[in-house]
Amino acid sequence: MIWKILLFLIISFVSIAGIAFPIVENPIYWYQFPLIPGLEENAKIIFFHVPTAWITVIAFLMSTIYSIKYLRKKNLLDDSKAYTAAQLGMVFCILATVTGAVWSKFAWGAFWSWDPRQTSIFALMLIYGAYFALRSAIEQEEKRAALSAVYSIIAFVTVPFFIFIMPRIMKGLHPGSADDVSSGPVVDFHMNANMLLIFYLSLAGFSLLYYWMWQIGYKSHWIKEKFNKQLI
Amino acid sequence: MQSYWLYKKDLASEIRTRYAINSLAMFILVTISVILFSIGSETISDYLSGGLFWVVIFFTAMSGLSRAFVSEEERGTALTLQLIASPTTVFSGKLLFNIILVFSMNIVVAFLYNILFESFVIKSHLLFYTGFILGNIGIAISSTIIASIIAKAGSKGTLYPVLSFPILLPLILILIELTKMSMDGTKFEEGIVELSVLLSYNVIMISASYLLFDFIWKD
Amino acid sequence: MSNFSLNVVGLTKIFGRRLIFKNINLSFNAHEIVGISGPNGSGKSTLVKILAGLLSPTQGNVEHLFNGKKVEMENLHNHVGFVSPYLVLYDEFSAQENIHFFSKIRGINLDQEKLDSLFTKFGLYERKNDLLKTYSSGMKQRVKFIFSMIHKPVIVILDEPTENLDVEGKEKVYEIISELGKQCLILIASNEESDLAICSRIINLKEYKN
Repeated sequence: MIWKILLFLIISFVSIAGIAFPIVENPIYWYQFPLIPGLEENAKIIFFHVPTAWITVIAFLMSTIYSIKYLRKKNLLDDSKAYTAAQLGMVFCILATVTGAVWSKFAWGAFWSWDPRQTSIFALMLIYGAYFALRSAIEQEEKRAALSAVYSIIAFVTVPFFIFIMPRIMKGLHPGSADDVSSGPVVDFHMNANMLLIFYLSLAGFSLLYYWMWQIGYKSHWIKEKFNKQLI
Repeated sequence: MQSYWLYKKDLASEIRTRYAINSLAMFILVTISVILFSIGSETISDYLSGGLFWVVIFFTAMSGLSRAFVSEEERGTALTLQLIASPTTVFSGKLLFNIILVFSMNIVVAFLYNILFESFVIKSHLLFYTGFILGNIGIAISSTIIASIIAKAGSKGTLYPVLSFPILLPLILILIELTKMSMDGTKFEEGIVELSVLLSYNVIMISASYLLFDFIWKD
Repeated sequence: MSNFSLNVVGLTKIFGRRLIFKNINLSFNAHEIVGISGPNGSGKSTLVKILAGLLSPTQGNVEHLFNGKKVEMENLHNHVGFVSPYLVLYDEFSAQENIHFFSKIRGINLDQEKLDSLFTKFGLYERKNDLLKTYSSGMKQRVKFIFSMIHKPVIVILDEPTENLDVEGKEKVYEIISELGKQCLILIASNEESDLAICSRIINLKEYKN
């Protein structure tokens, strides 16, 4: 119970601080953020966009890990876990895409411009979509679990190409891209201590939130499956 | 050697039934003519024709490459294959068959493309052909493993491109990039990064496929 | 001749929500002809598929011991002969081509003399070069028998072996089974009285329901 209240406080604080704290050129007070050239006011999206994108990747990773576990042990509970992680991953993937697109409208002038990062997150969304399409096409539980586990592992091995390699060989606009000189690696150099603190708090808060949702999700999925078994 | 004979069996069967070859050939014709019709008398940019080249190849691949596994599953001969060969042999044989199919199909596409599209001019041949060969192998590997999943999933046609596209996307993006580079006349040495990405994609996909095929193949 | 044995320990198979059979413990030796009976839907085919390594069990182990050594799953297919109604051969090839490709894919040299004698025995010699799609179902069943024993397996699994066969075909099959039974283990999954009559012992799957 305690950690749920804590989580509520963290998320509330991050939401208020992230939106309301002003950005000034030379921060003096603890509640002021520094100005990052090239990002300006838009920089605030970092508190919400980066954690959602981070969780998209974490959820995908967890889904893959539980898929591997399923293939080794053939325990359907692992399949429930992998499936729930993928479901949440899809939700956060959409959130990351939308927040990214909103930011991109103000920073680059268009909602979508096929930047390598946008391409990658789009591909991730396609992978999740394909995963759900595959699952809904198979009736038999074990077969569904095994085939979708195999698919998510195969999809997972292509992810490094999107996340690490594509942005480096294709020209990109995204902060942190290979040819981005103005706002460089945002996290390392341009954020001051309080901004970093809120950023990491937000990251932790969102991760906790995800973990909580995931636990409820897989348990309810598991109970539903069990219930179905008893009915027939 | 055993997988080579499985490939021979598939080839002999293909020559008798001509199922994949016919649909592939028709698909190449249809996609290329649709592109030609939609272009009309306008001239399109070099880069666009280079990109469309891989679009044709992707959709052609999606029309015929699932045949290798789907036909076995549809006719019920998958069980027979399980009885005479180990999973590794089956995958190697099917992969070999698909590689040959992809190469013959893409050589036809490249040939037609060269004749029909004036803006499709390759300046650095070595770069393009190396990318073309590596890319074809990559397409064959990914589409073979996805075909085996599709065959077992029981819903054949529509899911295949849906499942394959995200897996093939990095490959196709790099291939489009390489095609642009070779149209610009980039030196072979400057394309090494892209080529090594292609190579690592192939290596990663083939090892993942061999590791996972057992789980797909056995019910 | 060959020293082969098959051990089944605690075998359980559950399909989705349905228990097929539970806790089967058996052991078989070479030179045995064993019948597996049970009403329709009792899991005869599932059991023989698991024994042939085509399906994995939900729980339990199947051990194929060949001269005291465990046969690897990877190589098991070359020691097993299998006949069943759901086994399908390639329609676009002739019987001869089917067997030829199968042997090559197994990595074994085809013994053409033995094959011809088998064709003659089953009355298919004249038609061995016709495409399989022109065959009747009984003739296809005979080809399946040839397919199941041309690679000299140590265990032959026959699922409803005499389905689609005429009286003459059945007699030939029984003759061959008793001949084969001297060299290897034969499992017959069937409900036909006459099939079970040639078995030295019979396992009833009804006993493994719960």
